[in-house]
Amino acid sequence: MEEKQTAAAGYWRENVRLVLTLLAIWFLVSYGAGILFVDVLDKVHLGGFPLGFWFAQQGSIYVFVVLIFVYVWRMNKLDRKYDVHEE
Amino acid sequence: MSTQLWIYLIVGASFALYIGIAFWSKASSTGEYYVAGKGVHPVANGMATAADWMSAASFISMAGIIAFMGRDGSVYLMGWTGGYVLLAMLLAPYLRKFGKFTVPDFVGERYYSQTARLVAIICALFVSFTYVAGQMRGVGIVFSRFLEVDINLGVIIGMAIVFFYAVLGGMKGITYTQVAQYCVLIVAYLVPAIFISIMLTGHVIPQLGFGSEVKGTDMAVLDRLNGLVTELGFSAYTDGSKSTIDVFFITAALMVGTAGLPHVIVRFFTVPRVRDARISAGWALVFIALLYTTAPAVAAFARTNLITTVDNAEYTQLPSWFKNWEGAGLIAWTDKNGDGKVQYRAGDAFAGAPAFTGETGPQGQRLVKNAPSANENELYVDRDIMVLANPEIAQLPGWVIALVAAGGLAAALSTAAGLLLVISTSISHDLLKSNLMPHISEKQELMAARISAAVAVIIAGYFGINPPGFVAQVVAFAFGLAAASFFPAIIMGIFYKRMNREGAITGMVVGLVFTFAYIVYFKFVNPAANTPANWWFGISPEGVGTLGMIFNFIVAFVVSKVTPPPPERVQHMVEDIRVPRGASAPVAGH
Repeated sequence: MEEKQTAAAGYWRENVRLVLTLLAIWFLVSYGAGILFVDVLDKVHLGGFPLGFWFAQQGSIYVFVVLIFVYVWRMNKLDRKYDVHEE
Repeated sequence: MSTQLWIYLIVGASFALYIGIAFWSKASSTGEYYVAGKGVHPVANGMATAADWMSAASFISMAGIIAFMGRDGSVYLMGWTGGYVLLAMLLAPYLRKFGKFTVPDFVGERYYSQTARLVAIICALFVSFTYVAGQMRGVGIVFSRFLEVDINLGVIIGMAIVFFYAVLGGMKGITYTQVAQYCVLIVAYLVPAIFISIMLTGHVIPQLGFGSEVKGTDMAVLDRLNGLVTELGFSAYTDGSKSTIDVFFITAALMVGTAGLPHVIVRFFTVPRVRDARISAGWALVFIALLYTTAPAVAAFARTNLITTVDNAEYTQLPSWFKNWEGAGLIAWTDKNGDGKVQYRAGDAFAGAPAFTGETGPQGQRLVKNAPSANENELYVDRDIMVLANPEIAQLPGWVIALVAAGGLAAALSTAAGLLLVISTSISHDLLKSNLMPHISEKQELMAARISAAVAVIIAGYFGINPPGFVAQVVAFAFGLAAASFFPAIIMGIFYKRMNREGAITGMVVGLVFTFAYIVYFKFVNPAANTPANWWFGISPEGVGTLGMIFNFIVAFVVSKVTPPPPERVQHMVEDIRVPRGASAPVAGH
């Protein structure tokens, strides 16, 4: 019983750490690159886009999609590692 | 074939499809009615979520809003997509594991309190009614412009269709019609976008055309647009006018609000397993991103096309779309300097929406009663027409115009149906079965669900026909209230085991009352004071939900520290929802 509890706590700790890492990236691309640092980034150009503008209207959305799929992949691995995966 | 015939054909075929699906997927138990028996494939659920989420506002209005706001429009793009990251990682898997039907279910059980459940029910009803009225109006606009029927008749036809498949099919019927509606709306959005991108830039993919040169020149689309708008006295398209803190708070309120909207959350209750809930949030965002990354490209193209077509053009020489939309009252021209040419400049041509006198001027334009403003701008353009008029502005064939009409209807109907389901579930399941009349049988509960859906359709239709003047203003409510109430309560319910009834309820009430009061004060009580100088920390009513959310978190935390911890069984429940294994199988009744 006790062992099971420690395992559950370990699973939860790793889960929270993964989510915090991914949310840090989520914050950086949207609130960071798309809002807070736009003035600096806009000096750089990506094709016809000022970079900050690109992050705000295109780039952040692409990163969001990638983040969710990375989360799904890592969580499925974590579920198996701690043997809490579904059939 | 004439455009009108194409419209009847394509819209008619799409309606036939939705009704056919409704017959095929009729719900026979409460489990099927509320959550489609928890048997929906994650990719199908992703599509249904995308259609559920993308409303008439996303399809019809968003690109137009961005076209006129430029950089500031980014808040909608990031705000309405970033919320799915929060949903996927913080909410969807755990709520799926919890395994009941609704958000008030979770709030009520996690906080072992009927009061908490009641607060959640009231929020869910308020948010959903606010939203659904706008959808019915969208249906009416599309009908009146494209099918040449009266706007009220349009609303009634829309009501009849939604009534049919929402009342009959419940969540099961809605899910599969939403899958079909997603396909219709995305094709309808992408086809004209691709055509216009090719015409303007030579690129097939609008997202790439957006960042490349205008065909035949070496000037980037955005540089050219910046040149055009600054010449007319607007600020540059790629510059923003909102303060950084306001942009930050609005984006956050939209993201968190999205993650807290009950009709979106409930979609993740319909998949078989926890891992399906995670991946279907990913698929939902893929399908949403297809439209959301195209919209800013459409916005930039449409603004460029609009300026180059109308500015300094003789009114009598303008293409027919201009007069069509003038006829619909969404464009107006007031010839201030009497030169017979349209001058499009910064500022409003006159205050408010056009009020037509019923007479026509020397060039044949519809005259308006509105007193002309002091600036040189002569043109009024409703932002909603940018997407709807796009195919006409770009002179695309009739079937593309028909497709856009069908797409606008699909977007409005799919969102309306999802919201109606939340309303009917809140009443039959949360209010009656779980609260007032726990002894009713499953059959009676199902009947109650259908009756409340029917009543909700009629109320929504009434608001569609008699739109309260404040529909546009109340949208800020829906997101602000969802952000300030549901989101913190659910997050703490999952991630903070010690959170108790007292903390959660006080937090929700504080968040709600604060957000509500702030919006009501600036939007209704004292609209004249609605300027950055008077806002707290420079945060507009649109962004104040974020502040409400922060207050909710702080108050809930402090109150929970000085009140008793939640009972043992609730703490076990929290431990249980944190691990995927053992998610309940499809339920028959409950």
